[in-house]
Amino acid sequence: MNAPTLWIIVPIFIGVLLLLINNQRLLSVLGGSIAVTLALIAQFVPIELALKLGSFSLKIDSSLSILGRVLSIQPSEGSLLELIYGAAALWFFGAEASKTAPRIVPFGFIIIALMVASIAVQPFLYAALFIEMAILLAIPMLTSIHRPPGRGVVRFLIYQTLAMPFILLAGWLLGGVEASPGDLALAAQSAAMLGMGFAFLLAIFPLYNWIPLLLEEISPYTVGFLLWILPTMTIIFGAGFLDRYSWLRSSPQLILALRYLGLLMVVTGGVFAAFQRHLGRIMAYGSIAETGFSLLALSLDFRLGIPILFLLVPARALGLAVWSLSLTIIKENVETMRFGAARGVLRVTPLAGAGMIIATLSTGAFPLLAGFPARLALWEGLSRISIGAALWMAVGIIGLLISAFRSLAVISMADEYTNWKLHESPTQMTMLGLGMIGLFILGLFPQTVQFVLGGLPLMFEHLGR
Amino acid sequence: MAVAFTWIAVIVIVMTSVGLLLARDWRWTIILLAVQYFGMFVLTLQHWPIGMASVKVVAGWMSAAILGMTRSGLSNEDSGEEYTWPRGRLFRLFAAGIVLLIVATVTPGVDTIMADAGFAVTNGSLILIGMGLLHLGITSRVLRVTIGLMTVLSGFEILYSAVEGSVLVAALLAVINLGLALVGSYLLIASNTQEAKSI
Repeated sequence: MNAPTLWIIVPIFIGVLLLLINNQRLLSVLGGSIAVTLALIAQFVPIELALKLGSFSLKIDSSLSILGRVLSIQPSEGSLLELIYGAAALWFFGAEASKTAPRIVPFGFIIIALMVASIAVQPFLYAALFIEMAILLAIPMLTSIHRPPGRGVVRFLIYQTLAMPFILLAGWLLGGVEASPGDLALAAQSAAMLGMGFAFLLAIFPLYNWIPLLLEEISPYTVGFLLWILPTMTIIFGAGFLDRYSWLRSSPQLILALRYLGLLMVVTGGVFAAFQRHLGRIMAYGSIAETGFSLLALSLDFRLGIPILFLLVPARALGLAVWSLSLTIIKENVETMRFGAARGVLRVTPLAGAGMIIATLSTGAFPLLAGFPARLALWEGLSRISIGAALWMAVGIIGLLISAFRSLAVISMADEYTNWKLHESPTQMTMLGLGMIGLFILGLFPQTVQFVLGGLPLMFEHLGR
Repeated sequence: MAVAFTWIAVIVIVMTSVGLLLARDWRWTIILLAVQYFGMFVLTLQHWPIGMASVKVVAGWMSAAILGMTRSGLSNEDSGEEYTWPRGRLFRLFAAGIVLLIVATVTPGVDTIMADAGFAVTNGSLILIGMGLLHLGITSRVLRVTIGLMTVLSGFEILYSAVEGSVLVAALLAVINLGLALVGSYLLIASNTQEAKSI
C-alpha cells in the first residue's frame, strides 16, 4: 500500500461509487465516516514507517509512479491530510442537513483527492492540471442539468480555467530563473505569470465577481464547500512555490505585493460586505476577506506567518460550513436571501439565524470565536511591520462586523406579535448546534487543534523553520 | 518543406479562429473547431513526435464531436444577442484584426522567452490564445464560451509543447480538453432546459 493510493486513488474510486447512491442520510453518514477514517489513518499510521500490530506489519510507502512522473506524499504531509479529510468529514456530515449530499459527497471526494494530488505530484508545477480537473468536476456539483446555469458558473469556469496556462508556464520559467538567477527580466516575467495564475485561482481583486454571483444562484452549502477547499489547497500550493524558490522567498517586492493584495482583499471584502443587502453576497465577501487574511499571513516573517496561515484553516472550514449551512436553511424558508425577503426570519429559523451571525462574527475576528486567535496574531504581526497596514486590516474587519450586525438587525426585525414557528429539522438543529459550539471551542481553546497544526509547517523545507 | 507546412498551419489557424468568431451556425462552428485542431496538430509536430502530437488532435476531434452531438440534439433557438451591435460581424472582424496586429507585434519577444519555439509555432499559438480570449470577452453563450476556452487552451498547448515533452502532461491536457467538452455539453443541456420549458 502507498500513500497516494490511499489518499488519492481510493477517494476517487469511492466518490465514483457514491454517485450511484441517492439516499441523503446514507450518503452523508457513509461519506463522513470514510473521510473520518482517512483522517484517522493519516493521524495514527505513519508514512514510510512499519507499524506492527501483533504479528501483522503495515507500512505505507510515500510514492507512486504514473507515466514517468511521481505522486509523493511525504510523512510530514500526514497532518495536512488529517486536517483536509477531517474538515471534509465535517462538510459531509452536514450535507444531509443541507439536502445536498448527492452532490457534495461524491464530487467532494473526487475534488479533494485531486487537490491532494496537486500537492503530491512531482514535479510540483503539474499541480495546475489536477486543480483544473477539480474545477471541471465542480461544475456538475454546482449546477443541475434541470436548471440553466447562471452567469456565476460560467465566469467561475472561465476564470479558474485561465489560471492553468499561467501556472504551468510560470513553473517552466521559474526553472529557467533557477538556472540563471542573474536574469532579472526572466525573473520578472515568471513572477508576473505566477501572479496572474494565482490571481485567477484565488479570485484576487478584481477577479472575484463570480463568488457573489454563485452565492446568489446556487445552494450556499455547495458553494461554501468550494470556497473552503479551493483557496485552502491553492494557498498551500502557492506556499510550496515560495518554499522551493529562494529568490522568490527572499524577494521584498513579492512580500510587499502579497501584503497589498491581502489588504485589498480584506478591505474590499469587508467594506463591500457592509454595504450588501443580500445574505448570500455577504458570505461571498466574507470568504473573499478570508482569502485576504491568508495572503496577509504569507506576507509576514515566515516563522510567524506560516503557523498563522495554518491556524486560519480550521477556522475557515468550520466558519464557512456553519455559515453556508445556515444560509441554505434560511434560503429554504424565504423567497430570496435579499434583506427585504429575509426580514424576521429569525422567528422561523432561529438556529440558522444564530449560526449565520456567529459565523459572520467569527470571520470578522469577534473575540471568543474561531476566527479571533488567528486574526489577533495576524494583526499583531502586521502592526509590527506597518501600522498603516494594520489600520487597513481593521477597516476590513469593521466592515465585516457591520455586515454581521446589519444581518442580525434584518433577520430579527419581525412584525410585532409574530409567533415563533420553528422550521428547522432535528438534523439541521443538531448540525448547527455542534457547529456553533465548535466555533466557540476553537475561539476559547485554539490549542485543541494544535496536535494537528503543530506538525504542518514541517511539510515545508524552508518556510516556517 | 516543414517550414512551409508550419506557415500553412498558421494560415489555417487564422482562418478557423476568425471563422469561429464570425460563424452563426453551430455546424460551421464545430467544423471550424475540428479543422483548428488539425492546424494545432501540425504546429505541435514541430516539437513532439507524431504519436504524442496525435493525442492532441484525437482529443480535440473527440471534444468537437461531443459538443456537436450535444448541440445537434437541442433546439435551434438562438438568442438575439449575437446579432446586435457591437457584436455584429463587422465588429468581430475589426476586433480580430486588432488581435492579429497585437500578436504580430509580440511574437518575436514571446518567441525569445519560449526557448526559440519557432516563429510560426509562437505566432500560431498566440493567435489562438488571443482569438480565444476575444471570444470569451464578447459572448456569454455556453457553446461559444466552451469553444473560446478550448481555443485558448489549444494555443497554450502548442506553446507548452515546445518546452515540455512529458507523456503525463500530454495525457492530463487531453483529459482536460475532453473534460471541458463534457462540461460544456452538460451546461448546454442545462441551458436548453429553460428554453424547452419556456417553449
